[in-house]
Amino acid sequence: MFQDILVTGLVSGGVYALLALGFSLIFGVARIVNIAHTAFYMLAAYALYALAVKAGLPLAVAIPLSVIAVVAISLACYKLVIEPVRRHEAAVRIATIALGLVFQESLLIAFGGHYLGVPAIMDGFASILGVRVSYQRLVVLAAVALVLVALWLLLNRTRLGLAIRAAANDLEVANLMGINVDRVAMLTVAVSAALAAVAGAVVAPVFVVDPFMWLPPLVTMLAIVVLGGLGSLKGSLIGAFLIGLVEAITVFAVPAGAYLKGAVALTIMVVVLLVRPEGLYGVAFEEER
Amino acid sequence: MPRTLLSALAILGLALSAPSWSQNIKIAILGPMAFVQGENHWAGAEMARDEINQAGGISVGGKKRLIEIVKVDTNEIQSVPDATNAIERAITRDRADFLIGGFRTEAVLAMQEVAMDAKKLFLGAGAAHSKLGLNVEQNYERYKYWFRITPVKDVDLGRYVFAAMGSIAAQIRNDLKKPQPKVAIVAEKAAWVEALLKAAQDNLPKMKMEVVGVWQPSATATDVTAELSAIKRSGADIVFTILSGPVGIVIGRQMGELQLPAIAFGINVEAQKDGFWQATNGKGQYVSTLDTYSEVDITPKTVPFVKAFQQRYKKAPTYNAATYDALLVLKDAIEKAGTLEADKLVPVLEKTVHTGTAGVLEFDKRHDPLWGPGRVTGIAVQWQNGEKVPFWPNNWQGVSYKGMKPFILPKSQ
Repeated sequence: MFQDILVTGLVSGGVYALLALGFSLIFGVARIVNIAHTAFYMLAAYALYALAVKAGLPLAVAIPLSVIAVVAISLACYKLVIEPVRRHEAAVRIATIALGLVFQESLLIAFGGHYLGVPAIMDGFASILGVRVSYQRLVVLAAVALVLVALWLLLNRTRLGLAIRAAANDLEVANLMGINVDRVAMLTVAVSAALAAVAGAVVAPVFVVDPFMWLPPLVTMLAIVVLGGLGSLKGSLIGAFLIGLVEAITVFAVPAGAYLKGAVALTIMVVVLLVRPEGLYGVAFEEER
Repeated sequence: MPRTLLSALAILGLALSAPSWSQNIKIAILGPMAFVQGENHWAGAEMARDEINQAGGISVGGKKRLIEIVKVDTNEIQSVPDATNAIERAITRDRADFLIGGFRTEAVLAMQEVAMDAKKLFLGAGAAHSKLGLNVEQNYERYKYWFRITPVKDVDLGRYVFAAMGSIAAQIRNDLKKPQPKVAIVAEKAAWVEALLKAAQDNLPKMKMEVVGVWQPSATATDVTAELSAIKRSGADIVFTILSGPVGIVIGRQMGELQLPAIAFGINVEAQKDGFWQATNGKGQYVSTLDTYSEVDITPKTVPFVKAFQQRYKKAPTYNAATYDALLVLKDAIEKAGTLEADKLVPVLEKTVHTGTAGVLEFDKRHDPLWGPGRVTGIAVQWQNGEKVPFWPNNWQGVSYKGMKPFILPKSQ
């Protein structure tokens, strides 16, 4: 049983990690409360469905096209919806909730409420420690590793990354230092949307595609980012795998309570907020910004 | 002069728009219209409406009146309050004479209350919970306007699924030489499942099968690999599914991806849909489920109905398309009673014996359809290479519909 919990936990943790990295960037690092983040992941899944299944394009073409399309949409959304209310956190929150709902309802009208399947990059499965794991999930884990490296390079080895971290640290001083804060915010949204899109392309074959698929991951992402600590990519990564393991434990320990695995993640979030609000690796004290 | 003309036009307009001027019988078709269940509710109703209207309509006390069906989107899969709002609007704003449809038990229980408050006939075409019929028995005067057209109530679904399960178990004993097949129960966490789950835990041991565990994922779970890992460890031969939500797709696909050496059988509403094969990326091979429609001779009406439906809508009907039968049953009752009054129609409906497209409909004292040979038995289908193949009943209690094919057990891996 332990191998089952370990392997299943790590594998589902991988899926969460891919989504959490993008979410952590936009929410934790750039402090833009983009509730529509997982909606971009949903858009990418549908774009992949439209390109790969409906139009019959090969995956090697459909995946990059979906990512580009979603990044383009995110830039348009940023300009039209987020930028005008950027200074008011609450307004951004409300505007992005509305954005998410608009995407949901548009997809519902365009594709119906039907559950759709997106083809996997690789078929078949491997046997790890006696537990069967599909290749697509291993692709997800590989994607997590790649994205993590790329993100680290971006944040720590490029000027844009420096600007993003500076703006996240102290917005007003970054502005005073000559950093075009609005442009940085826009690029952060684009990067995080790209991450969400990659997650959509890689994770969608593992899940089911429907117009409401953006809501459950949103809730889990919030739990993970709180657990890992706002502003810490490392924390979000570890939080994702922890939540994956906890969910696997729930299913194995209480099979009849398998439906509770989502609730367990949220309970952890509540406990963390009560006991250690900064999470595992977050900053303990926040300055006014 | 213009003022008097305007007010005259206004009064005329108001008078013309008042429903009492309409000669058509208005029937509200209630369902989650963005989803397959609602689409089928509407499609079955459309086919019946066209058939009835082409023949001149329904004869009410000697006068022929056409029927008009009204699409009412309850969105009940997402929200019960949306459903109750929808049925209220159908009654008060659309002034529907009759109500047909429903799917999610939780929503239909609430909608039933609204319909009974308004004393409107409500014919159910989707929800299985016994309580809907129990209400009729316990408080007849209030709930008598409710009749369930489909499916059979949850307890009968249980008897039906165990009957089919018996034949699969017999095949396992024969072909795989396992005297006591092991069963893993996977039942989504929802109200309609409760009675069936309990019945499974009681009956399966009596049928010489061993229950190795019960897993209850959420109906909308997108990942069941943890559950499937545990099920593989348990050595189950049959994964007995009691599922109506999208988790049914996930189970089919993930079992196929991981080539689990067990056969999935039970109730899996998503697996009844044509879209299942695509949704599982072609991995849902051998997934089997109870179903209602297939090109088999359940009654003389079945094959023509399924063929006509397929031709018109380019997909196979799900059980919700029995709104077709509901409308015809209503037509017969109205013509017999000679009136549209609900109170006079109830006793006529209670005596109905109607040859429908899915079986012969006759109601018991709870206004539930009778289940059994000669009435409604249902069928069971298995996905084989992208097609839904009917395999049961095949020589069960003397019942065998023409068109049944053999059930395939996956070779063990």
